[in-house]
Amino acid sequence: MKKIITTPITYDQLKDLNAGDTVYLTGKLATCRDAGHRRVIKENIMPENFDFNGGAIFHAGPIVRTNPDGTFTMISIGPTTSRRMEPAEAEFIEKTGVKMIIGKGGMLGKTTEACKKFGAVHCAFPGGCAIIAADRVKDTYGVEWMDFGMPEALWEMDVEEFGPLIVSIDTKGNNLFENNKVAFSEKVTELKDKL
Amino acid sequence: MENKQQLTNILAEFIKTVSIHLPDDVEKRIRELASCEKEGLGKDMYGCILDNLALAKKYNRPLCQDTGVLQFFVKVGTKFPLIDCLEECIVEASSYATLNTPLRPNVVEPLGEHNTGNNVGYKAPYIEWELEPGGDGLSVMLYMAGGGCSLPGRSKVLMPLEGVEGVKKYVYETILDWGVNACPPLLVGIGLGTCAATSAMLSKKAILRPIGTHCDNEKGAKLEKELQEELDSIGIAPLGFGGKHSVLAVHVECAGHHPATLGVGITTGCWATRRGEVVIDKDLNARYTMHTVKEGV
Repeated sequence: MKKIITTPITYDQLKDLNAGDTVYLTGKLATCRDAGHRRVIKENIMPENFDFNGGAIFHAGPIVRTNPDGTFTMISIGPTTSRRMEPAEAEFIEKTGVKMIIGKGGMLGKTTEACKKFGAVHCAFPGGCAIIAADRVKDTYGVEWMDFGMPEALWEMDVEEFGPLIVSIDTKGNNLFENNKVAFSEKVTELKDKL
Repeated sequence: MENKQQLTNILAEFIKTVSIHLPDDVEKRIRELASCEKEGLGKDMYGCILDNLALAKKYNRPLCQDTGVLQFFVKVGTKFPLIDCLEECIVEASSYATLNTPLRPNVVEPLGEHNTGNNVGYKAPYIEWELEPGGDGLSVMLYMAGGGCSLPGRSKVLMPLEGVEGVKKYVYETILDWGVNACPPLLVGIGLGTCAATSAMLSKKAILRPIGTHCDNEKGAKLEKELQEELDSIGIAPLGFGGKHSVLAVHVECAGHHPATLGVGITTGCWATRRGEVVIDKDLNARYTMHTVKEGV
């Protein structure tokens, strides 16, 4: 059975999740990546129409079509590399109360600590699968921070069973990609020893 | 004038096709690798990848939202009738395809980061020219350079004493550190030359060549085979979740080099490596060499 997380997200919905689990998201989701993190952390500015508290953000820069009547069509939206946001994410979680961060690949120690301390999770959406993601966006109802350009703007969406989302950092301090990296490193050490 | 518009249209349609459909060689290889994963997240992730390819074709939309910065590798005959306006046609087609496919407008101006909105900017799209003396045809190769898969790229000049072992170590470490986030299985290009710049360019040329082809140089071909097996043993694919492979393929391009240097360049393409070639004759008949696109599939 599909495990579905709905916004506003509570700690109760997240506390039993383990790194490696697959979940889906229903509710509100906003894109927020490099420039958006800078704006929240450095400039202390929050979006006007999206509440990060108990919310979910997506490290993504979509392709969006603006229709003649001013509405938006989500064309293609896959995840971008979460690791780029590592220097800012812990502070972002603390400052905004965001509960779910979705992106590509894993994040590192500071974010893992923040997820544990503030009861949040990081999930990986399969990289490059941008049409699957767009298909789960039911409505792109707003955009803010268009001064950053289309990829970096904050796009506000209603999503339904958005996923698959693989829990990469859970609320207990487990980190799937860091564990994988240990296994990959061992293989590389073996390869180097053979040279 | 009419011909100029026709050439622009051909190029815009070509750009659109490359953004929606994987080249035949990449899709074939993805399917082979997918069939090797029988369970768990590895199987699930390949399932998503294959579903995504089908949906992109169905909706006629770019299969990945990061349609990259457009990079063109042009080989033009000196007698090609539209040689004088070719650059203008490529730039116009890039802008048109961006707004109409639509592609993601990625290009930001150097140092200011202002997004130009149409993938055209100062020295963008990137165009590399090669002349074919006396020829009357045109070949345009397009590579969509996405952000994630461009991040692992690097080049370094090793001491010759470090030898092939030094090259391998550099490749292992690069793939370990950066491969997971670059959407593996990766198409890995290795360039071996004299300096950082030429080695990097050779590594780029390496990933433009179709999977299944091999380096013309015997030692280069041997290195390809060895590196492919070795990188696969790390097992980072699909998408860093771990599985039986890491790469789509490893391609090596090498050139005679200075005895005092051993330049190594590394360029990676993601599982969704989007590249293609359109060959156009003097009468503007166009043919894709890397895509069999069936209408309405």
